[in-house]
Amino acid sequence: MAKHPTPLLDQLESGPWPSFVSDLKELAEHRAKTASKIEYQIPVEVVDDILGLLELTYKDGCTHWKHGGIVGVFGYGGGVIGRYCDQPEKFPGVAHFHTMRVNQPGGKFYKTEYLRQLCDLWDFRGSGITNMHGSTGDIIFLGTTTPQLEEIFYELTHKLNQDLGGSGSNLRTPSDCIGQARCEWACYDTQDLCYQLTMDYQDELHRPAFPYKMKFKFDGCPNCCVASIARADFSFIGTWRDDIKINQEAVQAYIGGELKPNAGEHSGRDWGKFDIQKEVIRLCPTQCMWMEGKKLMIDNKECNRCMHCLNVMPRALRIGDDRGLSILVGAKAPILDGAQMGSLLVPFIKVEPPYDEIKEIIEKIWDWWMEEGKNRERLGELIKRQGFQKLLEVTGIQPDPRHVKEPRSNPYIFWKEEEVEGGWTRDINEFRKHHLR
Amino acid sequence: MDYAEAKAKIVEELTKKLKTKSKFYFNDLADILGLKPREAKKLINDMVADGTLEYWSSGSTSMYGLKGTGKQAAAEHEA
Repeated sequence: MAKHPTPLLDQLESGPWPSFVSDLKELAEHRAKTASKIEYQIPVEVVDDILGLLELTYKDGCTHWKHGGIVGVFGYGGGVIGRYCDQPEKFPGVAHFHTMRVNQPGGKFYKTEYLRQLCDLWDFRGSGITNMHGSTGDIIFLGTTTPQLEEIFYELTHKLNQDLGGSGSNLRTPSDCIGQARCEWACYDTQDLCYQLTMDYQDELHRPAFPYKMKFKFDGCPNCCVASIARADFSFIGTWRDDIKINQEAVQAYIGGELKPNAGEHSGRDWGKFDIQKEVIRLCPTQCMWMEGKKLMIDNKECNRCMHCLNVMPRALRIGDDRGLSILVGAKAPILDGAQMGSLLVPFIKVEPPYDEIKEIIEKIWDWWMEEGKNRERLGELIKRQGFQKLLEVTGIQPDPRHVKEPRSNPYIFWKEEEVEGGWTRDINEFRKHHLR
Repeated sequence: MDYAEAKAKIVEELTKKLKTKSKFYFNDLADILGLKPREAKKLINDMVADGTLEYWSSGSTSMYGLKGTGKQAAAEHEA
């Protein structure tokens, strides 16, 4: 028998899709049934009360959570987010309902044994409710009380060899794709770079001193499975600078139908015979492919790494051998000024441990952002406010045609007098007569 | 600037402002110290470690306050 009636939430169970409401009800029932066997460390009715509170939230049309909190674990300024309910008498089980962010393993590889250990710990000392995974990539534990925080942190770090992730004005938990562990397109070892930067920047991850959040995401190739280009202040996207490797026999096998396009991904319906012109060549965004007789040709210098041809014909086309990554900066979600995609800063850099060249760029940008960034200003907003040219100046990177989206539409490259051979011919005082500041 | 001097400055300035606000951005503290953020960070971290300051987080943003000050500090210790 449910503790609180939830007619509004019940409607969310009526569709054909899986419902978190059904999951929560099942968990609430499970906790009630096992309460005599397990010494739960937070109120048994936590899940019942979260359902009741959510129902009230829908009914009232406003949140019943207070804003933020001071709780945390010793020495860390992130990884724990204080959550308090403003109706603790009605819903005592969620009077405290803190979130803990657990730094997910690289590429989100884990054994079932590890997941069981995490879940056992969270059932015992928390609500048992998890979010696999948060948008930052963390394993998120939803709902525990203040006295449990240090206990959970101790168990995680001492028994599961597992750290908390980032939250607040910290470096957030770096997130990567599965990379070379399983993917033929990975241009660098995403997991190694992600791990090394996580270890090297522990202070930035756990002790907040940035103007706002800061995200690193690592994509092994331009397919961008982690969507770093849309979400991360620093996106590290694998690329190559030589030619796409072509296996002409395999190209013919695709044309002849012996090999299925997209590795058979769309085989649930009959799309007719594979047409390389229609399905690959004409879809190339830079029109850099053509057939010469039976030979597929690519003008590689025009390729913008959209990955479409490689995805359609993976046996025929392979990434080049001279591999590295591109660094894009400034992507963010739409809080201020709308969403922003990352802007290309470093077109190509080799990815070699101990990654000093990459760290040098990161740290120069951090120094600039920490000094110049306004409170709650993301890196992308600072770049917009002070200009991409300023970013080039602080990183010491020379302007490059690849920084420009289209000629004359990115007017951010301004020449300084000392950079122009022969100096200026114009008189600034004469200029100012007609052009006020 | 040595630690004792930095701590005294922070405590004095934050106490002065307590009537109007109890939570401060990191850059506010760096400005009080007149130091670059990276230099200020070491001192501010030590002030958190010795219990002079405490973190506050909304989840997306982090702020600092004198330990035990502000409405929320009292409310959080009620339950």
